Parts: sequence; C-alpha cells; structure tokens
Amino acid sequence: MGEEDYYLELCERPVQFEKANPVNCVFFDEANKQVFAVRSGGATGVVVKGPDDRNPISFRMDDKGEVKCIKFSLENKILAVQRTSKTVDFCNFIPDNSQLEYTQECKTKNANILGFCWTSSTEIVFITDQGIEFYQVLPEKRSLKLLKSHNLNVNWYMYCPESAVILLSTTVLENVLQPFHFRAGTMSKLPKFEIELPAAPKSTKPSLSERDIAMATVYGQLYVLFLRHHSRTSNSTGAEVVLYHLPREGACKKMHILKLNRTGKFALNVVDNLVVVHHQDTETSVIFDIKLRGEFDGSVTFHHPVLPARSIQPYQIPIAGNGFCRGVSAAVLPRGCVLTMIFGSHIKSYLWNLQVKLEPIVNLLPDKGRLMDFLLQRKECKMVILSVCSQMLSESDRASLPVIATVFDKLNHEYKKYLDAEQSYAMAVEAGQSRSSPLLKRPVRTQAVLDQSDVYTHVLSAFVEKKEMPHKFVIAVLMEYIRSLNQFQIAVQHYLHELVIKTLVQHNLFYMLHQFLQYHVLSDSKPLACLLLSLESFYPPAHQLSLDMLKRLSTANDEIVEVLLSKHQVLAALRFIRGIGGHDNISARKFLDAAKQTEDNMLFYTIFRFFEQRNQRLRGSPNFTPGEHCEEHVAFFKQIFGDQALMRPTTF
Amino acid sequence: MAVAAAGAGSGPWATQEKQFPPALLSFFIYNPRFGPREGEEENKILFYHPNEVEKNEKIRNVGLCEAIVQFTRTFSPSKPAKSLHTQKNRQFFNEPEEHFWMVMVVRNPIIEKQSKDGKPVIEYQEEELLDKVYSSVLQQCYSMYKLFNGTFLKAMEDGGIELLKERLEKFFHRYLQTLHLQSCDLLDIFGGISFFPLDKMTYLKIQSFINRVEESLNIVKYTAFLYNDQLIWSGLEQDDMRILYKYLTTSLFPRHMEPELAGRDSPIRAEMPGNLQHYGRFLTGPLNLNDPDAKCRFPKIFVNTDDAYEELHLIVYKAMSAAVCFMIDASIQPTLDFCRRLDSVVGPQLTVLASDICEQFNINKRMSGSEKEPQFKFIYFNHMNLAEKSTVHMRKTPSVSLTSVHPDLMKILGDINSDFTRVDEDEEIIVKAMSDYWVVGKKSDRRELYVILNQKNANLIEVNEEVKKLCATQFNNIFFLD
Repeated sequence: MGEEDYYLELCERPVQFEKANPVNCVFFDEANKQVFAVRSGGATGVVVKGPDDRNPISFRMDDKGEVKCIKFSLENKILAVQRTSKTVDFCNFIPDNSQLEYTQECKTKNANILGFCWTSSTEIVFITDQGIEFYQVLPEKRSLKLLKSHNLNVNWYMYCPESAVILLSTTVLENVLQPFHFRAGTMSKLPKFEIELPAAPKSTKPSLSERDIAMATVYGQLYVLFLRHHSRTSNSTGAEVVLYHLPREGACKKMHILKLNRTGKFALNVVDNLVVVHHQDTETSVIFDIKLRGEFDGSVTFHHPVLPARSIQPYQIPIAGNGFCRGVSAAVLPRGCVLTMIFGSHIKSYLWNLQVKLEPIVNLLPDKGRLMDFLLQRKECKMVILSVCSQMLSESDRASLPVIATVFDKLNHEYKKYLDAEQSYAMAVEAGQSRSSPLLKRPVRTQAVLDQSDVYTHVLSAFVEKKEMPHKFVIAVLMEYIRSLNQFQIAVQHYLHELVIKTLVQHNLFYMLHQFLQYHVLSDSKPLACLLLSLESFYPPAHQLSLDMLKRLSTANDEIVEVLLSKHQVLAALRFIRGIGGHDNISARKFLDAAKQTEDNMLFYTIFRFFEQRNQRLRGSPNFTPGEHCEEHVAFFKQIFGDQALMRPTTF
Repeated sequence: MAVAAAGAGSGPWATQEKQFPPALLSFFIYNPRFGPREGEEENKILFYHPNEVEKNEKIRNVGLCEAIVQFTRTFSPSKPAKSLHTQKNRQFFNEPEEHFWMVMVVRNPIIEKQSKDGKPVIEYQEEELLDKVYSSVLQQCYSMYKLFNGTFLKAMEDGGIELLKERLEKFFHRYLQTLHLQSCDLLDIFGGISFFPLDKMTYLKIQSFINRVEESLNIVKYTAFLYNDQLIWSGLEQDDMRILYKYLTTSLFPRHMEPELAGRDSPIRAEMPGNLQHYGRFLTGPLNLNDPDAKCRFPKIFVNTDDAYEELHLIVYKAMSAAVCFMIDASIQPTLDFCRRLDSVVGPQLTVLASDICEQFNINKRMSGSEKEPQFKFIYFNHMNLAEKSTVHMRKTPSVSLTSVHPDLMKILGDINSDFTRVDEDEEIIVKAMSDYWVVGKKSDRRELYVILNQKNANLIEVNEEVKKLCATQFNNIFFLD
C-alpha cells in the first residue's frame, strides 16, 4: 500500500500526557477537549492540556478523596470535581473570586450522580439515576441555584456539547432515549424515541449499550448514531450504523443507514461531516458521506463506504535515543479524537485529532461526478478540486467531455448558490433590514466556491498553453465551461472570452470565431471590441464585428467615432454622432483634422461648413472660438476656397 | 418551358401577348491548351451541352468564345470579358482554373406578339438579363462541380483528360437540368446563407452536442448543424459551407420530405426503421439500419481545395427539423456498425435538441410579438459572414424560388446592386418604381439592404423615415449607418 493511499491521518500536534496509573488519574473532557492528569488526588498537582492551548493549566488542590470526574466550565471559569456519588465540588478560576471550594449535593433523595455536564460557563447539569438537575452556578456567592429538574429513571447518559443536548437512556431495555436541550438558562424536553434493537436469541436479554450510541453534528444537524451489530438471525450482511435525525423541533426520525458489510468491534468518529467507522479486527477505517447519493427506500437512505477501507496513516513519534516507535490505537472518541498509547520504555499517551486527507481520495474515487460531490462538501477542498480539474484536462488523464461538463456544472452550481446568497444579502442590506432582522447574516464563502478567476488562474490559463493539446479539445473545454456558466445564469467574465478568442486566433479559426460572435456567445464588452479591432489585419471582418459590438454596448459612442475617424470615414462618423444627438458636444478640431488627412477637399469643405453652421446655431456666429484651436483649419479653408467662401454671420 | 403571360401589361395587344422566359441554350467547358493546332480543335472541348450539336458547330462556338476573350484581353489584360450581349442571347465566360473556360449561353426572354395581320412577331428583350446574376450562376456551377468532384486539375492528375471528361459529363448532365434560369435573381449573386436565429443558451447546447459527438465518433472531422434549412453552425470554412449550404437547401433537403409530416399510412413512413426512441434518420447513406445489406455509401465532397485539399464523406443525419452534416475523411470507409453507432449516439440527443430549439424559437417568436404583415419587404446581405435574409422570397423549392414581388422590382434590385458594386463607399439609392412602389438600397460597411415599400402617395422624406424605422427595429444590434 503506497503512502499516498492513506486518506485518514492523525494531526500534527497531539496532546501528550502521562499514562494513567494508581498515582496518576487521567480524565478527558469532551466538551473542552481537555485532558486532566490528576496526581495523588490533586495534592501533587493537576495538569490540564487542551489541543489548542500550548500552555497547560496546572494547579494544586487538596486530596479529599478519589476524583471520579473533573471538568472545567466553558472558558475555564469554574472547575467542577466529583468525588462522591452525591455531591460535586466547585472551585472558581475567575480572578478576584474566592478560590475556596464549595459543594452542591443532588436534590433528589437517594439518587446517585452518574455525572455532570457544563452547558455554559456558569450552567451545569447533574445527571443522576433518577433524573436530571439543571443548576446555575453563582461563583461570587459560592453557591448554586436550581433552575429546573426532571425525574425519570436513567441507565446512562450522553452529552453533545456543540448542540447542548443530553440524551438519557431509560426503560429496562435501555433503548428509549430521552433528549433534553439546554440554552441560556432554559431546559427543554424533546420528544423521546426508541431505538429498534436487533433481534437476539431468546436466551440473552437484549439491551442498548452506551458503547453503541454516539451523538454528533453532521452537516449542521444533530444525529444520534447507533451501531447495530450483525445479528445472525437476520439476513443482513454485516453491522450497520443507523442515523437518527434529532431536529430542534419535532420528532426524531430514522434517516440514514450506513452499511459496514463486516462484523466485529467498531468505533465511530465524525470528521469534517464525514462518519468514520473504525474496524478493530482489520485495523482499517471506512468513511461515509450522507450527502452523497445513496439508495432511498422511501423512508431511509442506505449508504455504502465512499472509499475502500484503509488504515489510518501510521504516525511516527521520535523518541530520544530510541529511533521511532509505532503508535498503537487504543481508544476512539467521537467528534474526531483518537487516543493512543505507546508501549516500551517510555509509556506515554497521546490525544490526537483525526483528519481526512483529500489528495489520496482523488485517485480512489474514479467517478468524477461523485468525487466532486464529495470534495465540494469538505472544508479544505479548494486546491484539491482545482488539481482535479487540471488533472482531467491533462493529456494522460484526460476525461471525456460529458465528464468535464459534469464537473463544471457541479462547481458552478455551488458558485451560483453563493452568488445568489450574496445578492439577496446585498438586497436585504439595501432595503435596510439589517437592523430589524437578526437572521440576516453575510453568506460565508466556503472553499467550495470556485469562481471564474480561480478556474481561469489555476486551470484554464495553463491548459490552453499546452502545445500538445489538440485545439479542438481546448476549444470544446472552454465552450463547455462557458456553457455551464450560462446555464447557471452566471455572467461570464471577459477574460474567459479572450481566452477563447486567443485560442481560435492562434489556430486561424476565424470563421469559428465569427460564428461565436454572431450568436453572442462571447458577450459584448469594450475590452473584447478592442481585441477584435486589433485582429482586423489578420481577419478583416473583425472590424465589422467590433463596430457592431460597440454599437450594442451603447456606452461606447466615443469609441465608434474614433474607429470611424481612424478609417477616414469622417462623414460616417459625423452622421453617426448626429444620429444619436451628440453632435453639439464633439470636438470640431478632431473632425477637421481627420477630414484634412483624407486629402479630399470637398469632404473638408462639407465638414468645415457643418461646424460653421453648428457655431452659428449655438453661438450666433459661424466663427470658431479660440478654445477650439481650429485656426490652422480656417487658414487651410481660406487657402483652398478663398476668404469669401467662409460663412457670413447671419444678421437679423 | 413557357410561362403563361401575366396580364399585367397594357394596350390593345395585351391579350395576344405570349412571354418566354430566359432559357439555357448551351453550356460548354474547354481548355485552349488541349488543341492548339489546326485540325485538333475538337480536343479542346471537355464538355458540351447540348451534346447533339454537330461537331463543327461546337468547334465554331468554342473558337468564337476563345477569340472574344483573347480580343478583349488586349484592352483589359487582368479582367477579360465576362459576358457578350447579342440580340438573341447572352454569353457568360468564366475561367475558374487557369486555361479552363466555362461558357454559358442564355437566350434572352422573348415576347411573342400578334401583329394586326395575325402573324406572330417575336421580340427579344435584350436588356432584361442581369450580367451579375448569370455570371454568379455560372460560378456556382463550377463551385458545385468542385464540391463533389474536386478541381479540374485534380481530375487531370488522377486520370487525364478522359477522367475529367467523364466526371464533367456525369455531373453536368444532371446538374444543368436543375438550373432554373427564369427564376435567378439577386440571391444568386449573394449566394448567401440564411442563419437560424437562436438564443445563446440553446446555441451553447448545440456547441456542446457537436463537441461531444465529435469526441465520441472521433473520425468525424467537421460538423455542420442546420435547423429549418437554416444554418446554425459550420465547422467548414465559409466558402465551402456556402456551396454545401446551397446543395443542402436546394437539392438534398427538398428531396426528402418530412416523414414526420407524412400521414400515418403513407409509404414514406412505412420505410422508416422501427425506431421508437428517436426521430433520427440518415438523409445520405443507409435507409434502414436493420437491413444487414444496407449500403453505407455516402456522397464524397472536396473542401479546402486551395491548400489541404480534403476529400470527405458527407453524412447527413436529420431528426425532425434539425439536420447535422458529419464529414469524415474519405480514406476511412464508414461501416454499417459505424452508422448504427452514430444513430444510437446522435439520434436521441438530436431529437431532444430539435424539440428544445423548436420550443426556444417559439418563445422568442412570441416575445418579439407576432407582427402583422408589414408594409415592406426586404433583402439583407452581409458580405462578411454571408448572412442573408429575405422576406421577398417565399420558399426555396428544388424547382423554383418563388418571389412575392413583381419581376420588374427584382430587376431594380439587381440594378441597384450593380451600382453598389461599382463604388467602394457606402451609399444609398432610392428609386420610385411604377405604381406605388418605392425601392431603397442601402450599403454600409459591406452590408447591403434592399427594401421594397408599397405606400400610396409617399414622398421621398417619408420613405426615408420608413427605412430608418425598419433599420431601428430589424437591425438594431448591428452597426448600420443611416
């Protein structure tokens, strides 16, 4: 297996900590992604390391018994430590607040605390075997205030920090799940739902294990993931992951089934909106993307792994004096974390973030349309997509035109979505809704938005330079991109049109160019019209095409006059400017110059007389003003036609 | 063929009048180098129509032409005589390849009058024929020959005089019968191409279709796309497309009646291969793809004869009103398998595309508004892209091109065109014709526009205004000086 084949890897900077032992207790807080190393119950020190902060927090606390659970509130404001099954101790980490510990006992009598979760920097939930209790911590008073509680039998619980949802397992089979949602001092009970357990032999009592459930946010939606093991009684081919969608409002609904096609022990991660399933026996992982098209049976969509199973790329950790050592996977935590342990003389543990590598996937997914669908949903996709585009236009890996068209269409679909969002935002701002509506947010430009300049700079400009490419293919690709942009009603930038023209001109395909212009495939613009003018010596009709374009632009009347004058079509220029009613503002000198250059005296006479009449009409005198700088023309006129030919001022 | 006298004339003899339109008297091709010595003059003649003419007369006629050309050359070495006017007929000369001369002799139209004593009096109308029209017809004869046979020189190289004579005989024997000299007019001078108006998106779809087909059927070298007998795309160069377009629209398409339009029980429909997926069919090549013995023979055409000299098979495939010409190198013989593949690739796509175009066209037509019959008729031609548009001509048929205006008006148009040709500069000519007609010709930057207005008691200023209005509505997206 080549190195470039691994599509999962561990992050560069893992959190490193001492292995747990009787003296050193290690805790992991998923909400803050912090690892707590508690030595001797805290008496000899507590070290807290997070993935983001380089500076670990270390402090000391009195050894008041074995620590069962330890977690910081959000922003590390308050530390909560559970040492007994009835109470939780608190300690403020806010400057100027007392650092003396204070304690809260659970309200429900005879209840045991299963655990606790921080839902904000000062709000905490106790989960007991008889229900949940929602408290507000008042650090300055060193006390807690019960906000709300709810009684029900709890087997186990699970917390999703991103969505602030707690899931409680109830009933004997443990498979009825009751979610609660927390926000700013409120606790709301969401509709409960039941996980269908696979049929089991009569001898064993089926039950839902905590290990088989995970919660994660995928594409902005909260899902409960249930790992349904292979049951011998059913004829399914292997284990599967069932995704229950847990909406903010409304009932939970079974939406997706991920087919694992194998049996054994599994672990789940969600990384970059992908569900990663690790298989212990084979030490390989597969990924699923629920946005990719699957088989829909009317209520549930079935998905297969996007790619063939692969191991996570081995990570080599340098160890002083000992060369390198291989990491051994020990535990997988949802939300993208992997714990590993290294055995040997230096026993150390590491906490990693799992990452998806996109480059290897390009070669593992032969279907370019599906590949694009996949890549466009990934966070860091831009450069990879551009390289896919370049690759499909390269000589060795050249894709067929329908495939290229599909890729362009997918890119532009995403591009158009962004443009539309941007436009409606701009319109809303203009309409002054920005203050009234808090929902109005400037659309985020993700990496999946590849605009014309991206495609031009990174893909097309290099592509058209390739000498070995048949020009037919080059033109077909450019036209396909332009077609796709048009199909999504995106205005095509002139530099793309220039690229088409350049390519056609290089291969002397002027008639093709003419036809494209005739059907306005290359949109009108001043730069394009000027480019056409410059082609006139190679292809005379370009002159006519350019003039037509300038005419259609209707903002280029000055340019039309210039073009006509440069062709010595002085009369035509004058007639044109008069036709559009601009003849009172034109420079007489410019026209007289051009007329003089034709060496056609009668033409000069006509033009001269026209301006004399204009002077008469505008100023009441046929004479030119000094500001018009026409002295030499007047002299020239007199020289040829005589003084008496000058127009006389009309006297009333 | 006599056309019944139109009773438009006046005078007491009108009812007795009989008109005979211009007719082809003879047509011959010769090369003076092939029989320079006395007694060998017959060798010069490569083709002579009518063939029944006695040998000596053929030699005499050829000799006369040769002499006239030689004689006039002394006055104008670079531009020898193009035509010779006589009372009864007019001769047109054309030298398409060096030393190869083509001559067409056309009899002037005749009016046969009944004199008072009852004897018929024949009157030749010497001034009726327009030189430019018939010179163009003669040039077209050569272009058409070259399209299907290549140059004279190439035939000489391939098989000497004998082969050339054989090819000329084979081609012109049939082709001359299709020359309808009585209905030649301004459009023959232009030899233009009518382009199908289309929106950008549909046009891009067609582009995409062509590119994909050329990719999947990689032996296709050039493609041309037509809809409703109007051109949309040509991969061929302009001059080659011009003559191919002429062939398609005046010969091939009219020969193939739409089977879609034919009744359910019509025999044409029965011949259609039982294909339910699409409406595609070959206009050249195999009629029925299910017949294993179907012949895959396509007409050969010659293009780019000035440089690359390419010989191609012409495959014309049509679905509903959309026709596509695929041209493949003549060295590759298309097989029945290839034809089936083409049918399966192109047929369904073209059927969809054809209905897309039709739909789009109807939308555009509705948007521009169904104008009521306008007060004018016009012919437009652009020398740069050969675009031609005529509301004067009703419809091209294999036999005649029908015009909706009086021949006299058509002649005025021809005269104006001759005037335009003489000067390089842009100009405008307004003619008051008989009855209430005004004829306006405008020339601006290699574009020509001819308008026929029928307005009672209109004066010059009003006519000028009308034409301005017409330009503003019909030609607002081009630079057309007024």
